Amino acid sequence: MNPAGIPEQARRAWAIAKKDIRIYYLKGPVLIFGIFMPVFLFLAFFMGSRNLPFPFLYSGLLSMTLFFTATAVSPAIFPWEGSARTLERLASCPVTIPTIVLGDMIASLLFGIGVTAVALLLGLAMGLPLLHAATLGAAVLLAGCCFSALGMLLSVPPTNVPSNIMMLSSLLKFPLVFVSGIFIPLGEMPPWGMAIAVCSPLTYFTDLVRYAVTGTNFFPLLADFFALAAFMLAFTAVTMVLHRRTMPMRM
Amino acid sequence: MPHVIEVQDLTKAYGTTIAVDHIGFRVEEGEIFGFLGPNGAGKTTTVRMLTGVIPMDGGSARILGHDIRAEPVQAKQRIGVVPETSNAYTDLTAWQNLMLMGELYGLEHGHSAGRARDLLDMLGLLGKKDQKVQAYSKGMKQRLILAMALLHEPVLLFLDEPTGGLDVQSTQMILAMLRDLNEGGTTIFLTTHNMDEANRLCHRVGIIRSGRMVALDAPEKLKAAIDRVHLIDASFDREIPPDALSGRAGITEVARSGDKWRITTDNPDAAVRSLLEASRERGATIISLNTLAPSLDDAFLRLTRGKEP
Ligand SMILES: Nc1ncnc2c1ncn2[C@@H]1O[C@H](COP(=O)(O)OP(=O)(O)O)[C@@H](O)[C@H]1O
Ligand SMILES: [Mg+2]
Repeated sequence: MNPAGIPEQARRAWAIAKKDIRIYYLKGPVLIFGIFMPVFLFLAFFMGSRNLPFPFLYSGLLSMTLFFTATAVSPAIFPWEGSARTLERLASCPVTIPTIVLGDMIASLLFGIGVTAVALLLGLAMGLPLLHAATLGAAVLLAGCCFSALGMLLSVPPTNVPSNIMMLSSLLKFPLVFVSGIFIPLGEMPPWGMAIAVCSPLTYFTDLVRYAVTGTNFFPLLADFFALAAFMLAFTAVTMVLHRRTMPMRM
Repeated sequence: MPHVIEVQDLTKAYGTTIAVDHIGFRVEEGEIFGFLGPNGAGKTTTVRMLTGVIPMDGGSARILGHDIRAEPVQAKQRIGVVPETSNAYTDLTAWQNLMLMGELYGLEHGHSAGRARDLLDMLGLLGKKDQKVQAYSKGMKQRLILAMALLHEPVLLFLDEPTGGLDVQSTQMILAMLRDLNEGGTTIFLTTHNMDEANRLCHRVGIIRSGRMVALDAPEKLKAAIDRVHLIDASFDREIPPDALSGRAGITEVARSGDKWRITTDNPDAAVRSLLEASRERGATIISLNTLAPSLDDAFLRLTRGKEP
């Protein structure tokens, strides 16, 4: 066994993810930022715009759900572990920093996928049509990776106060929801709105979800997937490099 | 493999504070090496660099033949670490913490479980293995952390003040365990600010002060240095100025302590004669005269003083 080899490090990342699942899924801030916030945001919107078709609205909810849940767990893990002094324990184990980051990302991804699946089942029960299940599955997986990497990126500043990071990430996450075509169809956006929307990974995911349940899409599907993959790779690479730099500052 | 730990010019600065300043030492296989120093001396910073938790600014460290910067995972795979602050996962049970360690070190589950059971039993925690660590006392937590560090049978164990602030029972249990481990061949690197503990446990001791090594010796030599240092408390029936005492044969230091003078000496016989002489010259009577057994802590302070960088 080569402890530094990729198969062994991947196994250890999974051990870290399992630990995260046990410990962090049920922490208050994760539930509040990951579940209640998007639900209330959506309900407020749902009440106000009865004239929009149900599949359009519900695809927005699904897209928001994955976005909020997949970014709910990851930003808080490092600050929590730093303040609980468990990070030093992990750092002295034979795992690399990318392995730790990957483990946290997996936990975050599974949380996102799990809650989104429940939201989808609820929608189907309420009569939501599902036209392209495979596309939706692939989109959820890819976007989930992308969002959990974004969540990890948000926890790069080496503060050990989880609420600081939660605050910072809300500051970024809420505006993104409004520029990503969830409430306003991309086709109805002014040019400056479009200019912002194309910079948000959430835009492409929303487009794919909308395609899966309404059959219409704004960008070509391949472009959506390509953009999500590019964001995912960029976020993952940057977060790994930056955490390597800032993690020792948390000790 | 000639040395288990080889450190050269190890350096770390936090802003303008130089926490560790070009230190170097070696630890041999099978020894208990004590790394001694007052609070803030740089012990924890050193251990963190040696265990690959924080990067070093300069110098090098080889752990079990692996450069800790170039091959951190290989080095960490074979060492055990008990960090300074308690840090098991308090939301998990002791058992879950140990199983997590097993997975992080790539142990096979059945093997982990067997080891975990043995260690918990030895450390008196087996009955509480399914309790969340939240409910543990400080001593129980520290014993669990030792078990977590030992699960993968490391050949080299780092402990950063493992008995700091613990109850007597846990302290004894941990020290006994360290002795047993060492007899079984485990090399131990232990930091402490407790001179007495270092003396009882360690084969060799390095003393660090303000980030610099000020002594590196076998405890016998340290003890010899300690034995030379005595304290004498003397009081007189009238005021005697300090310069009437200092500078006389055998008296190395004079300090006021309440209504008494505290004399530091490496030659008690000469110092007592000097005190008699001084009191006779000043026409004073000695009211009390006490020689104090040398305290390890005093000796330690002396060793780490006077070599101010
Ligand atoms: N994370 C840190 N940031 C800034 N200064 C630090 C940090 N860790 C330690 N120091 C400083 O480095 C010096 C050595 O600290 P430390 O290694 O913890 O000493 P010891 O363990 O011997 O008590 C101290 O002056 C301490 O204030
Ligand atoms: Mg310390």
